[in-house]
Amino acid sequence: MLRVCLKGANSAARKCLCGNGVPLHPLQQCRSYTSGGSGSSAGKIVAASVLTVGGGVGGTILYANWDPKFRANVEKSIPYSDQVFGLALGPAAPPPVINKPRKVEPVQISSMSEMWKDSKQPKAKEVEKKAEQPDAEGPPAPAPQETLEEASAQVAQILSAIGEVPSVPAPGTHEAEAVPPPAALKGVPAAAAKCTECEHEPAVKERPEGEVAARLAEQDKAEQDLLTSLSSNLEDALGSTAKVTLQAIGAQEAALQAIAQHTRQLREAMEAEAPPDKKSTQWRVLEDALSERSRSVDEAGAAVLKAKAELDKLRGVIDGAKHLKIAAARPSILAAEENLHSMVVDLDSVVTRVQTAQSEAKIVSQYSELVNEAKAQFQKELNSITPEIQANWKGLRKLTQDDLNSLIAHAHRRIDQMNRELAEQRVREQIHIDSALEQQKLEDKKALEVAVSTALEHNREQMRLEQEKKVEETREVMEAEMRTQLRRQAAAHTDHLRDVLKVQEQELRSEAEEILNSSLMEKETEYRRLTQDQLDSFTLDMNAAYARLKGMEEAIDSHVIAEEEARKAHQLWLSVEALNYTLKTAALNDPTEPLEGAVQAIKESCAEDEFAQALATALPSESLSRGVYSEASLRARFYAIRQLARRVALIDETRNSLYQYFLSYLQAMLLFEKAQEAPPAKLSAEDLDTFKLLSYAAYSLEHGDLELAAKLVNQLKGESRRVAQDWLKEARLTLETKQVVSLLSAYANAVGLGTTMAP
Amino acid sequence: MAEEQGRKWDRCLADSAVKLATGLGVGIVFSVLFFKRRTWPVVFGLGVGLGMGYSNCQQDFRSPYLLHGHMVKVSKSHTS
Repeated sequence: MLRVCLKGANSAARKCLCGNGVPLHPLQQCRSYTSGGSGSSAGKIVAASVLTVGGGVGGTILYANWDPKFRANVEKSIPYSDQVFGLALGPAAPPPVINKPRKVEPVQISSMSEMWKDSKQPKAKEVEKKAEQPDAEGPPAPAPQETLEEASAQVAQILSAIGEVPSVPAPGTHEAEAVPPPAALKGVPAAAAKCTECEHEPAVKERPEGEVAARLAEQDKAEQDLLTSLSSNLEDALGSTAKVTLQAIGAQEAALQAIAQHTRQLREAMEAEAPPDKKSTQWRVLEDALSERSRSVDEAGAAVLKAKAELDKLRGVIDGAKHLKIAAARPSILAAEENLHSMVVDLDSVVTRVQTAQSEAKIVSQYSELVNEAKAQFQKELNSITPEIQANWKGLRKLTQDDLNSLIAHAHRRIDQMNRELAEQRVREQIHIDSALEQQKLEDKKALEVAVSTALEHNREQMRLEQEKKVEETREVMEAEMRTQLRRQAAAHTDHLRDVLKVQEQELRSEAEEILNSSLMEKETEYRRLTQDQLDSFTLDMNAAYARLKGMEEAIDSHVIAEEEARKAHQLWLSVEALNYTLKTAALNDPTEPLEGAVQAIKESCAEDEFAQALATALPSESLSRGVYSEASLRARFYAIRQLARRVALIDETRNSLYQYFLSYLQAMLLFEKAQEAPPAKLSAEDLDTFKLLSYAAYSLEHGDLELAAKLVNQLKGESRRVAQDWLKEARLTLETKQVVSLLSAYANAVGLGTTMAP
Repeated sequence: MAEEQGRKWDRCLADSAVKLATGLGVGIVFSVLFFKRRTWPVVFGLGVGLGMGYSNCQQDFRSPYLLHGHMVKVSKSHTS
């Protein structure tokens, strides 16, 4: 049965433990009980969670692979995800960079300028070769070359600028190129000059209209002068050049004629078998022709030189005119250039013709020389064989047999030799022909190249001239358009000015009105203020006088009141003095007289003084009815109390048997303490001993400090306290009464002082 | 309060004297009447008298410190 009870107790204890939540064994049991069952479900839960997480991560990666913005978002929001993405997908592709074609235009222009340069250089070379004027041509050629280059480059730029589709990304280069052309094309007529002036106006301070007009007029005049001088120069140059060129051409033609004639005559002389006298005349004629030809050729050469010089001079003049850059002169410049070009072309063609004729003549002369050589050779041979036969062997009828035989043999030999030579010659013919062909090819090629280059040169010049003409036309068109736009702008400007003037007029009017109104208002307010000031001052004086009167009345009243107060204070003071006096009537062991009467007197004397009333009522009732003991009596009684308290020092709530009484009496008899000891500023724990407290209290009593003595006595404990209770109560009463009385007297003094008037 | 000690002692002593005397008397009586004039009932009576007086004295002196407590049944509705 006990065991059952024990078991029951154990179970109860266990239940209690479980109930309290101190899980040691029961929790272990619980754990082991539930682990078997939940093993499978935990595994399932773990597997499911792993699957979910894996699926989420995989899906995120796949989607990030497809959508870069999503990837960027995820990388921003989740730290270290960018590393995961980098591992799985590779680094993110940077945004595509658009490279704009910036360097296209300069290449174009440079190619064009290159072309111009190439076209100029062969022409210069040709000119140099033909004219053999390296020094004179050199400087003018590069100088016109450069200016032409410049002009051509500018033209190319303008063309490229006009013809290019606006590809936006290259504004820098575009603008940089577009800036020089407007700067270069300063040679614009009067209206355009004014336009540039207008353009410069925002940058420069606006010049007055008259000055602008004057400047423009001056500019116009200067331009006109320049123009006239230029045109006159050009015309003169053109005329002279034309004349000289015509001369040269004429001379060349003459030379050509002479050469042709000479050639023809030579050929005739070669082929025709005229009688000797006719031959000699023929030869003489031929000689004349030859001399004629050489003379004419020289003349032609000199004329060509002169013509070239004139052409160069003209070119120089044209370039100078171009340098001045006056637009009005442009057509004339263009015309002059065209003329120059045509003259140059003609000159070149004539010169080439002369050259071909000369080459033909050379061929013919060579041929004639060869023929003469052969004839001479034959003659020599014949003379060697038949010395006696003379030159006019044709008329010889009678020849000896031997002579004839020898002649025939010689003839046969000669024929054999000729045949052999012919065969040889045939064999060599092919080789010679081939080499001749080769040479001919080379020469032909060279000639072709030269011809091609000259033709190209002429073509280029032609195209340039055409281009310039076109440019001129377009410029004129644009200038006309600009003039119309400017006219429109001027009209708009006048309209705008008109409107602005109207608005300004209105504004000014309103402003003036406002000013007028405001000044009127000011004057009115000024007037009102002045009147108000007057009124105010008068009122002020009146008020001052009234206030003084009032002040005087109040002063008198207050005097009265003050005196009343003073009387009352005096009364109060007297009554308080009476109270004080009653306090002194205490005999040695009897209390004072009851203070009731004096307090009543006080109450009567200060009926309306709340403070005094309160104080009067604060006196303890015992003092009123019975009176209080004096300090001296209390001091005397203290010693008896002290003895008693000493005797029962050990007795308190716990120790109060008679045996304890005996012990306490024994202690009091045996223990000696100082009769009086100065109490410290702070009481510590060991100072709360009865005997010490009593000696402190005695000391303070002897030195007149009843309050401290009462405090110290208040610290007694147990039976000693009970014994001293009576005395303590009396001491308290006395202290209270004294305090109230002193307060009252202080108050009465203060009031009395307050009400005293200073003299 | 100071005189109370003195008053208590007076009462105590008076009471003890009376009790002592009474005890003595009763002891003597009993000794004479029932216990064949042996001393021990007298001594016993004195002792009883002294003891009673001592106890009364002690009770008198202790009286201010004695606490008289009562059991106060606290209703459940207040505490819960």
